[in-house]
Order: sequence, then C-alpha cells, then structure tokens
Amino acid sequence: MASKRSSYEGVAVAVPVTVPYVRYSTRGAHWFLGQAVEALVQASGIAKDQIDGLCISSFSLAPDTAVGVTQHLGLSPRWLDHIPTGGASGVMALRRAARAVQAGDADIVACVGADTNHVDSFRQTLGSFSHFARDATYPYGSGGPNSIFAFITANYMRTYGATREDFGRIAVSQRDNALKNPNALFKKPLPLPEYMAAKPISDPIHLFDCVMPCAGAEAFLVMSEARARDLGLAHVLIRAGIERHNAFADDPVMVRGGWRVDRDDLYAQAGVGPADIDFVQTYDDYPVIVMMQFEDLGFCAKGEGPAFVRERTLTCDGSFPNNTSGGQLSSGQAGAAAGFLGMTEAIRQLTDQAGARAVREAQLGLVAGFGMVTYDRCLCTGAVILGRSS
Amino acid sequence: MTMPLMRPKRKNPVLRTRQMNLPPWARSRVALGITAAAAEGRFELQVCEDCAAVQYPPREACHRCLSPRLKWREQSGEGELLSSTTLHHSNDLFFRERLPWRLGLVHLDAGPTLMVHLHGEVGEAPARVKVGARLDRAGQAVLIGFPNEGSAHMADDKMLREMTSDPKFRKALVTDGKTELGQALVRALVQAGADIVWVGHAEPWKKFGDGLDDIAALPQVTLVPLDLTNGRSVTELAGEIGGKVDIVINNAEVHRTFGIGARRGTDVAKAEMDINYFGLLRLAQEFGPALKGRSADGTTGASAWVNLLSIYALSNFPPHGTFSASKAAAHSLAQCLRAEMRPAGIRVINVFPGPIDDEWNQHLPPPKLLPATLANAIVKALRDGVEDVFPGDVAQEWLERWRDNPKVLERELAAGGS
Amino acid sequence: MTSTPTLSNAAQALAGLVGAMASGAIRVVDLTQTLTPEFPQIALPPEMGQCWPFRIEEVSKYDERGPGWYWNNFSCGEHTGTHFDAPIHWISGRDLPNNSVDTIPVQHFVAPACVIDCSAQVKTDHDYLMTVTDIETFEAAHGRIPAGAWVLMRTDWSQRSDPEAYQNFDETGQHTPGPSSEAARFLVEQRDVLGFGSEAIGTDAGQGYHLRPPYPCHYYMHGAGRYGLQCLANLDQLPPTGALLICPPLKIQKGSGSPLRVLALVEARV
Repeated sequence: MASKRSSYEGVAVAVPVTVPYVRYSTRGAHWFLGQAVEALVQASGIAKDQIDGLCISSFSLAPDTAVGVTQHLGLSPRWLDHIPTGGASGVMALRRAARAVQAGDADIVACVGADTNHVDSFRQTLGSFSHFARDATYPYGSGGPNSIFAFITANYMRTYGATREDFGRIAVSQRDNALKNPNALFKKPLPLPEYMAAKPISDPIHLFDCVMPCAGAEAFLVMSEARARDLGLAHVLIRAGIERHNAFADDPVMVRGGWRVDRDDLYAQAGVGPADIDFVQTYDDYPVIVMMQFEDLGFCAKGEGPAFVRERTLTCDGSFPNNTSGGQLSSGQAGAAAGFLGMTEAIRQLTDQAGARAVREAQLGLVAGFGMVTYDRCLCTGAVILGRSS
Repeated sequence: MTMPLMRPKRKNPVLRTRQMNLPPWARSRVALGITAAAAEGRFELQVCEDCAAVQYPPREACHRCLSPRLKWREQSGEGELLSSTTLHHSNDLFFRERLPWRLGLVHLDAGPTLMVHLHGEVGEAPARVKVGARLDRAGQAVLIGFPNEGSAHMADDKMLREMTSDPKFRKALVTDGKTELGQALVRALVQAGADIVWVGHAEPWKKFGDGLDDIAALPQVTLVPLDLTNGRSVTELAGEIGGKVDIVINNAEVHRTFGIGARRGTDVAKAEMDINYFGLLRLAQEFGPALKGRSADGTTGASAWVNLLSIYALSNFPPHGTFSASKAAAHSLAQCLRAEMRPAGIRVINVFPGPIDDEWNQHLPPPKLLPATLANAIVKALRDGVEDVFPGDVAQEWLERWRDNPKVLERELAAGGS
Repeated sequence: MTSTPTLSNAAQALAGLVGAMASGAIRVVDLTQTLTPEFPQIALPPEMGQCWPFRIEEVSKYDERGPGWYWNNFSCGEHTGTHFDAPIHWISGRDLPNNSVDTIPVQHFVAPACVIDCSAQVKTDHDYLMTVTDIETFEAAHGRIPAGAWVLMRTDWSQRSDPEAYQNFDETGQHTPGPSSEAARFLVEQRDVLGFGSEAIGTDAGQGYHLRPPYPCHYYMHGAGRYGLQCLANLDQLPPTGALLICPPLKIQKGSGSPLRVLALVEARV
C-alpha cells in the first residue's frame, strides 16, 4: 500500500448552490457560472474578492477554461483548477480544494460545475469529446454514450441475471425523490409499467434509462472549519475521499468501476463500514452504473445488485436512500454540474436543508462520482464520505 | 439469414431525391492507419514491436509498455461478441435515416475490445465473430462484425451495402467498349446483376473486330457514343443518362510505347493525355454532379467511380514513359476527384494494373493480366468496397518495391529493369 | 492616259460579276462540310502520327467566364474537314517552288472547275476508280478539260451523313472512291489540270494504298505542283463545266494544307 494519506480534518464544505435547470438556454456557460458564484457570495455573506480559490468543471466553456472565467467574473484567485472530468468532477474538485485549504494555498475555494445547453449543444459536445470517442465510438452512430452503456447493460444482464425491472426500480424510486425537489425538471411520477413501456433507444436502454441534457449549475464552498464557524455557516466535514482513473483496463467490457480498487481505503479513512452510511448519492448516468456502485462501494457483492434493489426501498424515506434529489435521471443533466449534483444534495441532507427530502437522522453520506466515456467505458471514478459537523 | 436484395420499385419522379448525410468522418491521424489498410481491403491494427501488445483504439504509445514503436499489422479479426444492441435513436443524421442499426462489442482474441457494426447474421452474445474493416460512406474505416459462416446473400445485408458498391440492380457506364478489357468489364457487370450497362464507343468508323457487336447483343447493354476527347460528346451523354448512372467505370485509355527520345513530337503524348488525363477531367466534370445528387437514392443509388490507371502511375516505366506520365497525371486527378466526391459518399476506386495482355504490351514478358481477370478484379473491388486495387502479380510486386523505397524502384526501372 | 480596251473589259467584267451576283443570276454554292467534332478525320494505322479531329471548347458564353461575350478555342489538323492539300504535303512535291499554302500563287485560288459525275457507278461500287475512259466520255459530252482547271469527281459521297458510312471501313480498310493511277497521271500530264477534288475523305480512293504507285493522285498531282481538295459537298449543284471555284487555304507558314471554305460561282438555273 502507498504512504499513509492525510485525513481531511479541519476542512469544511458549505453553501450548496443550485442554479435552476432549464432544458435549453441561449445563454453561455459563463452565465450559469456567474449565477452560481453570485449565489455562493450571497448565501455565504462573504465578499466576492474573498474567494481566493476557484475550481471549475464545464463542457461548454470553450474557448475559455477556468482562466478566462477569472477575468470574466472579476476574480483574482491564488489557486486555480480546471477539471474536465464530467461526472467525477464534484468529488475531484472537493478533494483538490480540501488539500489547498489544508495547505494554506487558499482560504475559500469556490467549486462550480456549470454548463449551458443550446438546442444542438449535445451533438457538438460529442463531436470532439475525446480522441478515442472520435476514432472508435462516434463513427458507429449512437451519437452519444447510449450504445456503449447498452453494451454494458446487456452484458451485465446476461452475466448476473439483472432484468429491466431491476433497473426500473432505480429509475422509479429516483423519480419519487425528484417530486420533492423543486429544482428537478421532471415533475410527474414514473410508474414501473411506464418505465418498461418506454421507447427503446439502444436496447436494452430505453427512454427512462437516459438522462435529459439541460443547462444549469451546482456549486459549493470549501474552507477551514474555523472559518466556517466564524462565518456562521452550516457545513459538513470530509471523512474520506478516493479517486481512480482508467481502472480495470483489462476488463474486456466494464463490469466493475474504479471504486472497487480503493473502497477499503475509503472506509478505513472514515473509520466506518458500508452499514454506517445513511444515504448514497450515486452517479446515475445509467441505472446499470448505479447498480455497479452499490456493489463496488461495498453495499453488496458483485452480481448481487439485482437482489439488492429488489430487497431495498431506495427513496428518501426508504431502507437505502439513493439519489435523494432524484439524481440526474430525474433532475436533468446540466453537463458537468451533474458531477456536483450529488455533492450539493449531500451537503443539504447533512445540514438540514433538504426539506421534504430529508433522510431521517442522516449522519454520514456517500457521494460517488463517475465520468468521461472516452471509448467504451467511463474512465474517472471517485467517492467521498461526508459527515455532519459536530 | 439475410433477405436477398430485391429489385427496387420504379422511383416516383415527383418526389425529392434523398441526399447524402455522411456518417461521422473525423479521425485522428494515427487512426487513419486503419483507413489506409481498409482502402486496400485489409484489417490492420497497431502491434507493439517491443511487447507485442495489440492496440485499439489507435494511439501514439503502447498501452502496456509505452513504446512508441507501434507497427500496423494485419489482423485475423477473430473474437467473441460480448454484447450487441440495436440503435433505435441517433442524433447523427446518417444513422438516424437508417435506423434500426445493429452494433456490437467484440473482444478480439488478439486482446482489445472493439465497437463494431454488426452484420445481421451474427447471433446474440455470446457468439464467435470475425471482425473486418470496411470504408463507410464518409470514406473512413469502420470495423464490422461478420458471422463466421455467412449465407449466400450475406452481401445484401443492409449495413454492409452501405460500405460497398455492388453492381446488382445498378446501372453502370463503361466508357470504352471497344477494347477487350471493356468487353470483359461489360460481361462481368452483367454477370454481377447490373440492370443496365451503357457502353461508350468513339470513332464508330474504326472497327476492332466483332467484340463490340457481341456485347451489344446482351439485353442489358446499350451502346452510346462517347468520345472523351470531345467535350460536347461527354456533355451530351451526361445530359442523356447522367441522372441514371450509378457506377462509372472509366476504362478508356490511349496506350503507346514511347519514352521521350523514341518518338519525336508531342502528338502521341498529347493523345495519351487527352484521353487518360483530360478525358477523366471532362468525364468527371459532366458526370460527377449527377452521381453526387443520387448517392443516397434508395438501396441501389449512385455509388462508385472506377478509374483504370496503371501501376506505372506510381513510378514511371521509361519504355512507356509518356503513357506512365499520363497515368500519373490521371492518378493525381483521381485523388482530387476522390476528395470532391467524398461529401456525397461516392467511392472513387483507383485500379493500378500491371501490363494487360493486349497489343500494346506485346513485347513485355509474362505475367500479364488477362482482360477477364482484370475485369473480375474490378467487379470484386466494387463488391468489397475497397478503393485502391493492385491486380495481378506485377502490380503487387511493384507496389511492394515502391512502398519499400520508391527511389530504389525508380533506379531499377531506369536501369532497364521491369 | 486613256484606259486600254482590256482594262475596260476587266473592269466591266468585275462590275458585271457584282451585278450578276446581286441580281441572283450568278449564285454562290457552298461546297464545304461544317466543321464539327463529329466529322470524321483521316485515320492512319495506329503506329503513324494522326491527324487531329476538329475539337472546340467554349472560352465563355455570356457567363462567369466572360459575361458579355461568347467565343471558343478550337483545334484541328491541317487536313481536317473540307480541306486543301498543297504540294509540300506529299513527298513527291517536297522540293518544288511555292509548294506550301503560304507561297502558292494566290491567283490559283480562283479557278474554273470541271465536275465529272461518277455517282451512278459509286452507288454499286464503293471502291470505284474513275478511269481515263470516264474522262474521255466526259470530254465527249462537255468538251476538253482546259488547262488550269480543277477536276472534281462527283460521287454524292458527301450525302453519307453517318460518319461510319462516310468512312466506310471494314477489316480490309477503307472503301471510298477515287481516281485510278492512270487517270491521275493523265490529268496531270495530258490535261495540265490545277488540281483534283473529291467528296470523300481523301483525293485517293480508300484502297489507294494498294495502287501503283500507292496513293497515285497525291503522288502525281503534288509531284507536279498541283493541289487537292477533299470532303467537298454539293457537287451535284454544279454544272459539268463553267463553275468558278474559290478556295483559298489559311496562310499557314510552311503549311501543307488547311481547312477552308470552298465556294463555287455558278449560273443560277431557273
């Protein structure tokens, strides 16, 4: 094993911000970024120029990166990061910002995931998503990751006996959660028969297995615990964090994600086990990946995902609350903001800001990240365990 | 079992003709290595020279040992189908217009996992498959999962037909029916199931034997006046039939056996250029637009343009020096044509035979290509969807020498080698 | 200075000519085939240099290549279409003085023509050779062929509008009519003609290569500094004698011939 890792003690995560999602917007990503930073400033009561660290994730910022954003928004940070890691960027932003704060490289770090969505944004993003996608995936026509995850889902179903109904349970329960989330774009319940009857996209992926791209932003602040208390900000603590990229590269098709590699270390950092986790915010680009996260993050063994979801209720008030905001499957996928969606929801749950979605007596929450399909699987994985401040 | 292709119904002429939306055409430079091999009908992947790891997707450094010494090597394509899916939705216009469309995920025995287009006769996973590379309508290589044993009609698979230019039920133009090769081409096209073969002929008062009359007797054949040196002749024929031609085979050529010093004056070289190079230019200017307009016209729309070049186009054969130069000019122009036809998805096929067994190659020793053999190679190229063809032993050998070191080949030919 | 009667007659003759043309008493007959890319050209064995066919390409036609005008570039051989052969064209005439189109005395370009009708014989025999007997028969009816006149062999071959029929090739070569070797020599040595004209692709018969000497019309005519005209048309509109032929070729430096407009002035028939 590697050298001993420092804990995240002394770091606070606060001020969960959501810029409301819209299906399409004529505004640029900078607008949503600006709205997020403005909301961070207003909700925290700090001055804008007190933000001295900035971490951005966005797909629609080009030709700008985080650098351009500094001038655009009038910020002068002494710590800057741009992480193009999609669904894993919330977890990764948090880990980086936390170390900067611990080292004194920055005092207050704004972490923002934001994207706009024009009518043809989605297709243009895909056209140049990655070197390998352009050469080896895009020419095969699915116009997105749908067919890749169809392969993964079909293989998983064949290997472990999962059924579409099993995946339906995840989608249906998340929709129930979303009905209590005013920011979610989906407002109607999703009965299982409707999930099953939905039109096929790339079988076995059907309509409600797919996220709906939209525009929006999610953000939070990272600072020292002391600073959070001084400012009177409700906050959470980081109990553990892991990250792994391009894991299991020799698996011919994805059946497990990088969380599996470091999950023991995750729980060891926090000094807890899976049974101690009160809710999970899994990355839900497709239900099969949610199921894999249940397995790879230690809540059940590999291949037992189907049995697990059959035996649990996944709603906010259920036996195993998952994606209590509805996840991106029911809230919408605002580009890179989807990587922050679980984080802001977890912070709300652990600071009593989750309203009707509150998980009773939630003390510990696990937020997982997953992202960046570059060829035949997502390469980035990560997870953090957050806990209530004392 | 693939449904055999049916002859399409007559088109409703008042309806707009569907135009081509190309599949995604962007590829990195290193990925074009697959395209270059597929252009000649081979499936190649990079193999690390140091640790033998096979790479996919194509890349700049070995994924196992980081070595930059990656060499393109032909692959058997044998592998296991892990998963398949049928696309019912796509944001990409090409696929959107052709749904449903089958895709597969294949684990090659050689190591990598490939996303492929899946032939309809491949069963559900798990299944053994054979992966090959074909050029899609954008002229870029894509990988295809084939069944290990295909049925008699497997070429009629809807997906595979998008990668090929099968003459069946199509209408072809052969620009010169007066040569043995032209007549062999006509016969080969008729045998391949072409509905109509227009056969061009110039200078009707010059008779080269009964061959033209014999093929004119075939029910599919219509003789048409066509003189590639006469712009008006080309324009008029294009006006008459251009809107119906699906495959152009430009086999018209003038072949003389002079270098520079053996024949004074430029008139012979001009005659070679006027057909071999300018003839191609005239033909492409007149027939190109019509072909492009019909490249997505139903199951048997316009599909391909074949140029009869010569292996001498790559390196001048001094005894036939001016002929070689005219073929080199035609080759360059054919590359231009390929670029101009690509947006419409028309495949330009360049054929580089060695010496054909005809009167102008009388002095060359064997092996020489029989016209029928060359004609069959051209029809096979149409069926296989390749775009650079080097038929016969001499062409293959010269190609190898040219690729190995073109300067050495130049010197060998200048020293009287052949 | 008083004008001599000769000068006055010439001036009157010219004025008379002008007047007769204006009144239609004298009409102009066009003996020329239209220059088109489809018109066949002489075809030699493939090992030989070939005569270019007529080819024409637009430069612009009131379009982006030239908005207000229409014009073409064309190319052809000296011996394409209705054309004139100068003595320098044949090896037998190569060393004669004034033997190229630019040096031929220009008064030779306006000369009388005799038209010998062989059209009936040619109907049944495409290889028909006009004989000395045919010439003598003609002279018996129309008088001796004068020195310095053109002799034109009418065959109605120009009415063969299909190029294949006009060339009339089979596996043994071309089959078109022309003069016999004796007739060609007779016309030169016994009648001192200006030149020989044909409706077919050549002045010599299609099988002329097999006569002795080969291509005797070219050999004898050009060897004696006389001229040739080929691909003539409308000879059926000319009287046997009395037509005035106007046929100046292009003034090509050291040219062996050129396509040209051949006109005949004839008495208009009622």
